Amino acid sequence: MMNPEEKKAFEKQIHAYIGKEFGPALVGQDDVNQAMVRQWCEVMGDANPAYTDTEWAATSSRGGTIAPPSMLHIWVMQGYPMAFIKPDDPPVDRQRELHQIFDKYGYKGVVATNCTTEFFTEAKPGDSIQSHSTFDTISDEKATGIGTGYFIETVTNFTNQDGEKLGRMVFRVLKFIPTAQPAAAEESSGGAMSKDPTRLAPALGHDNKWWWDAVNNDDKVLIQRCKSCETLRHPPRPMCHKCQSLEWDSIESTMDGTVNSFCVICYPEIPGYSYPLVGAVIELAEGTRLVSNVVDVDPDDMVIGMKVKGTVEQVDEVTKLPQFRPVKS
Amino acid sequence: MLTSIKDECAIVGIGMTEISKNSGRSELQLAAECVSAAIKDAGLKPHDIDGLTGFTLDHVDEIEVARTVGIPELKMMSRMPHGGGAPMSLVQQAVMAVSTGMCKAVVGYRAMNGRSGARYSEGVADGPETTDAISWGWYMPYGLLTPACWVAMHTQRYMHEYGATDEALAEIAVAQRDFASRNPNALFYGRPITMDDYYNAPYIVEPLKLYDCCIETDGGAAFVITSAERAKDLPHTPAMVRSAAQGAAFDQEVMTSFYRDCITTLPEYDLVAKQCYEQSGLGPDDLDAAIIYDAFTPIVLFQLESFGFCKHGEGHEWVKGGTLGPDGRLPTNTHGGLLSEGYIHGINGLAEGVRLIRGTSVNQPKKNIENVLVTSGASMPTSAIIIGK
Repeated sequence: MMNPEEKKAFEKQIHAYIGKEFGPALVGQDDVNQAMVRQWCEVMGDANPAYTDTEWAATSSRGGTIAPPSMLHIWVMQGYPMAFIKPDDPPVDRQRELHQIFDKYGYKGVVATNCTTEFFTEAKPGDSIQSHSTFDTISDEKATGIGTGYFIETVTNFTNQDGEKLGRMVFRVLKFIPTAQPAAAEESSGGAMSKDPTRLAPALGHDNKWWWDAVNNDDKVLIQRCKSCETLRHPPRPMCHKCQSLEWDSIESTMDGTVNSFCVICYPEIPGYSYPLVGAVIELAEGTRLVSNVVDVDPDDMVIGMKVKGTVEQVDEVTKLPQFRPVKS
Repeated sequence: MLTSIKDECAIVGIGMTEISKNSGRSELQLAAECVSAAIKDAGLKPHDIDGLTGFTLDHVDEIEVARTVGIPELKMMSRMPHGGGAPMSLVQQAVMAVSTGMCKAVVGYRAMNGRSGARYSEGVADGPETTDAISWGWYMPYGLLTPACWVAMHTQRYMHEYGATDEALAEIAVAQRDFASRNPNALFYGRPITMDDYYNAPYIVEPLKLYDCCIETDGGAAFVITSAERAKDLPHTPAMVRSAAQGAAFDQEVMTSFYRDCITTLPEYDLVAKQCYEQSGLGPDDLDAAIIYDAFTPIVLFQLESFGFCKHGEGHEWVKGGTLGPDGRLPTNTHGGLLSEGYIHGINGLAEGVRLIRGTSVNQPKKNIENVLVTSGASMPTSAIIIGK
């Protein structure tokens, strides 16, 4: 956290960038060309003949093919080497320089929030595209759902070799101190990978953690046993309900079971689970019951009395669970 | 010492807000509105009330209700556990307080933004490390996250053991929407459903379809209990409390009691039924109508069986042919129930039970209603009452 003095100095430093240029104009590494246009149209699924059909385009009002307008900023992109820029590499331009100042003060997250582009003149094969970017506004500090930060708005003007104005793009990013999304912080330039949702984890306490530890560390399903009268019990609890003994150990289940009842869960669909999902009360050979899933089964084939065999499995990136499958007879 | 609570107390006031999908106001306000309405309905003033009882699940503290409504002194506060199992135990609390002389008049209430706020269909979520949270951990990782999943498990086994089909469930679902279609305060007002509607609806958790499941609503409901003696001077026909019982049974869990030898009967309900009949000296033949907790259709069957209207495993046959309809043997959930009036955790059902005794239900049966059974949630620790004229 910055004290008010530091914050003032920091804001003065970042606000000094308003109105400044990123650096010299960027000139496209390739002139506008039919090959890149074709590739872009393929990827975007854009079949407009004005972009790719030279014969058809020759008869159009343009007299030849044009580049798709929304490709405008593609022509001046710096290409693949951008992916290898490290956060503390010397800044290639003032934008990187400004972002590094933010990073230094903990505003390590970045997310693009808005992009608006206006198009004035079409680019056509053979044109050489230039772009010229400036910082337009930097907001006061804002609290957002993903963290506290500053909105930076930049304006980029695109021109061709004759100085003709092709378009103007307003691009806004939020540089923020990540709170809920640490993943966004690791990638200082966009494209944070989102993790797949996982199943809800059980709450762990004195009376059940040992059971889940056996699942997670040893791939075992245990059944609690009273040391005094040897009664088995599940779910685990600290005292034997038969003889009130607090002494217990456990046995490992063979995971041979019979379906006592089941349900097919269809709605609502909770992230982390796949549907329809079969939940079942399994009567284990040892005599206790365990609620679990029956997998690799068509829900229509589920019947009460079905013999099943269970194993402990990794069901998603972070969750291990006992899961049961029908025993082929 | 008091040896029986039978007819010692009466429900003399009921109050409800409208039922909606978005109340647009706080749960405290809903609570204050229904509590205040119940007191007014009883012909009493806030300063006549000296006890409050509610749900542990309620987000509104009784002291906030008291100061908001203007109840100056509380001599008894209680909160009853296990959600849908709680409502009639509020009556038991109130009756115990009034019949022992601890309190003069007790209000029970439930207020919830159950649709626009926290919804039960969203499933159980993380919380502090309570025994309750630990218990949910045996089900959550496997995706058994909602009440529909847990009830479906009992239902599947019930169908298997007794040859029941969804015909019985359809009977209940359609009959109650029919009642609701004539109840202006019901969410299903003017919207009866057909058998085809029932069968064509999607599964929520097989074997439960859409119309087997209750609705989620916003609203509040409350009641006032005072002594039989005092009730004589109050404006409405008192609904005398004939019995009020609570029960939990061996190997009890909240909706997931899957570890008992038999999971198609509800021993906690057998326990509650036994007490209700013992306290009141009545039997199933003396009950003229019922408000049976119907978060899901199959639990109506389980409760009818526990209360001895038919044998265990026979409920699915017993309900067929209009048994629960307006002219049937046991008109049930004449307000439309939780399935189709609204879900105010059973206190809205209690209000309807009182209306049946007063003779003011919009679906008042033609026959004389002397005694009404009102129950709470099934497959959890639960409670029930019998009220009468």
